[in-house]
Amino acid sequence: MTPRQASDDRRPEGAGGLNPPPKPLVEMRDISIAFGGIKAVDGVSVDLMPGEVVALLGHNGAGKSTLIKILSGAYRADAGEILVEGQPAEIHSPRDAKRYGIETIYQTLALADNVDAAANIFLGREITTRWGMLDDATMESETRKVMARLNPNFRRFKEPVRALSGGQRQSVAIARAIHFNARILIMDEPTAALGPAETAQVGELVLQLKAQGIGIFLISHDIHDVFELADRVSVMKNGRLVGSARTADVTKDEVLGMIILGKCPEGAIPGPGAMVTG
Amino acid sequence: MRQLEIDPRLVGMLAALAVIWVGFDLLSGGAFLTPRNLWNLSVQTASIGIMACGMVLVIVTRNIDLSVGAILGFVGMVVGVAQARWLPEVLGLEHPATAFIAVALGIGVGGLIGLLQGGLIAYLGIPSFIVTLGGLLVWRGSAWWVTQGQTVAPMDGRFRMLGGGIQGAIGANASWILGALACIAIIAGMAMLRRRRLAFGFPVRPGWAEGLLMGLSCMAVLGAVAVANAYPIPAGVARRMAEAQGIPWPEEGLFIAHGLALPVIVALGVGIAMTVLATRTRFGRYVFAIGGNPEAAELSGVNTRRTLMLVFGLMGALAGLSACIATARLNAATNAAGTLDELYVIAAAVIGGTSLAGGLGSVAGAMLGALVMQSLQSGMVLLGVDTPLQNIVVGLVLVFAVWLDGAWRRRLK
Ligand SMILES: Nc1ncnc2c1ncn2[C@@H]1O[C@H](COP(=O)(O)OP(=O)(O)OP(=O)(O)O)[C@@H](O)[C@H]1O
Ligand SMILES: [Mg+2]
Repeated sequence: MTPRQASDDRRPEGAGGLNPPPKPLVEMRDISIAFGGIKAVDGVSVDLMPGEVVALLGHNGAGKSTLIKILSGAYRADAGEILVEGQPAEIHSPRDAKRYGIETIYQTLALADNVDAAANIFLGREITTRWGMLDDATMESETRKVMARLNPNFRRFKEPVRALSGGQRQSVAIARAIHFNARILIMDEPTAALGPAETAQVGELVLQLKAQGIGIFLISHDIHDVFELADRVSVMKNGRLVGSARTADVTKDEVLGMIILGKCPEGAIPGPGAMVTG
Repeated sequence: MRQLEIDPRLVGMLAALAVIWVGFDLLSGGAFLTPRNLWNLSVQTASIGIMACGMVLVIVTRNIDLSVGAILGFVGMVVGVAQARWLPEVLGLEHPATAFIAVALGIGVGGLIGLLQGGLIAYLGIPSFIVTLGGLLVWRGSAWWVTQGQTVAPMDGRFRMLGGGIQGAIGANASWILGALACIAIIAGMAMLRRRRLAFGFPVRPGWAEGLLMGLSCMAVLGAVAVANAYPIPAGVARRMAEAQGIPWPEEGLFIAHGLALPVIVALGVGIAMTVLATRTRFGRYVFAIGGNPEAAELSGVNTRRTLMLVFGLMGALAGLSACIATARLNAATNAAGTLDELYVIAAAVIGGTSLAGGLGSVAGAMLGALVMQSLQSGMVLLGVDTPLQNIVVGLVLVFAVWLDGAWRRRLK
């Protein structure tokens, strides 16, 4: 079975019949990339519907971050193609990705430590006055608004991001991704440094964004969070896709089996990386 | 200090400058803090100060430019030959346009050289240290090549005004007007910023602190004007000027002030423009973001390569402008002009608080750094210290200043 067919089978039910099936927001087909000799991502296909949360799972070094960095324009795939709303998308740089409405929260956060929260949130998309000067006051006011949604206790607007705590920095990175009306949101371990209250807030945010029809790729190691937030999971192992499944069709233990052993359970669609069983 | 919200390091530098000035004044028996010496000091600082503004941006992006002195030398030769040989043939001698064409040519050629080097650094990924080290050799060699080593002189009369001197000072009245305008700009600017922050309900400085800062800034501006206006031009020249204007020459002489020197006004203008560029524009924001985290800047959608190339282009253009000032001051173009300037420029930026690790620095600091170094040098000249010892002192001060800055920053953490 080719991944192409697999993705067709996975369309949510009720989509058939007279109406044409809804188009996936994003399709990544047969994506491969190698660093030196290492195939970090090898023939992986994933897709994402509007208003859907797809969790990408896998052990450390499985290739999750590398895969989504191809979508966000940080890397260029050696092979494979990306479709946005059914159209082949040319994503050669982060700027291209943003043009398609793809926003990313990177695992490394990708913040410039020496400037403040507002400067980071608006980096590359600064608000300027009529004379082309930075409108710091407006940007700070917008920053206060979006940070209030994520982290109401945040006060240190004037300080370089370097001086913030890990969780505060993560909040800034999340704020940057959600402020610009993304259509496709990539969250690479967005809650790794967050406290329980802030994590809950991000969970709520994910559900809000989902309700607005935004598609979200969520990378997480927390299987409970994943089952709470995600509609589907795609599991990677050693750069290859083990399989994809709706969270409703599989148990947590089965997903753990996919992650650790690469064993694809009944309820899942196996990918090229699935362990061959007798 | 906290309520004033000013950079304590800037205050520290001003204090250091004050100590240096008063120290030299005491040691030289009052010869340092004279209008004449301070005026000369300001003119001597202009060329390095202008280049230091550009070097701040280069270093903030985690790069270095070792070629600025050589660019100055090469551009100086081009500018010199253009106005002494090419332009007179086309326009005739002392044509009013000559000076403007020469300056535009200097800035343009410098900028192109900078863009070329920046392109190699940004798009081909060659380390800036290597590209500009190569540039140092290439442009110094090219400077010789323009005239096979011959010195070119004299320069166009209007062009020479850029070098300062009696012709290149704007006189007392114009200086006062300029100073007053600067004060108005300072007050209006600070008030506008405050109103904006208040409109958004953001915290602002207490009123007294804002007033104090305005007052101090204006006093500094007017003080500088007063000093420049206290330096009279020599009696012989004054007399000729008076006679030319049909004013009778009085018995006790006539006090005609220099006023601010043109190269100093240009340098201050560059400093203000570069400060605005660095702190108030997208370009400046990108420069600092690249210095803080190049990868993050790229992932945020900043065109880091183009920004980097432009930073070097700007550095080259400023070196071109400095070449005009240096050539005008000397009234000659020599292929050795600007030798070792790259080191003084880098030192000025670093003394001014620019971190070689990138992401940190200010244009004002770099200009102050240039002034500190020039003060040390001319102070020692005044005391009759010979050149080798001067170099030793400047070298030690550079290392000491960077150590002090680092120690201060570590303590702050
Ligand atoms: N820029 C790079 N250069 C060389 N190798 C890389 C690079 N980026 C990733 N790799 C390699 O690719 C593989 C996949 O890395 P990736 O960061 O995608 O893993 P991951 O699934 O996100 O892991 P984690 O859960 O630890 O974040 C790893 O073996 C890693 O060493
Ligand atoms: Mg990762």
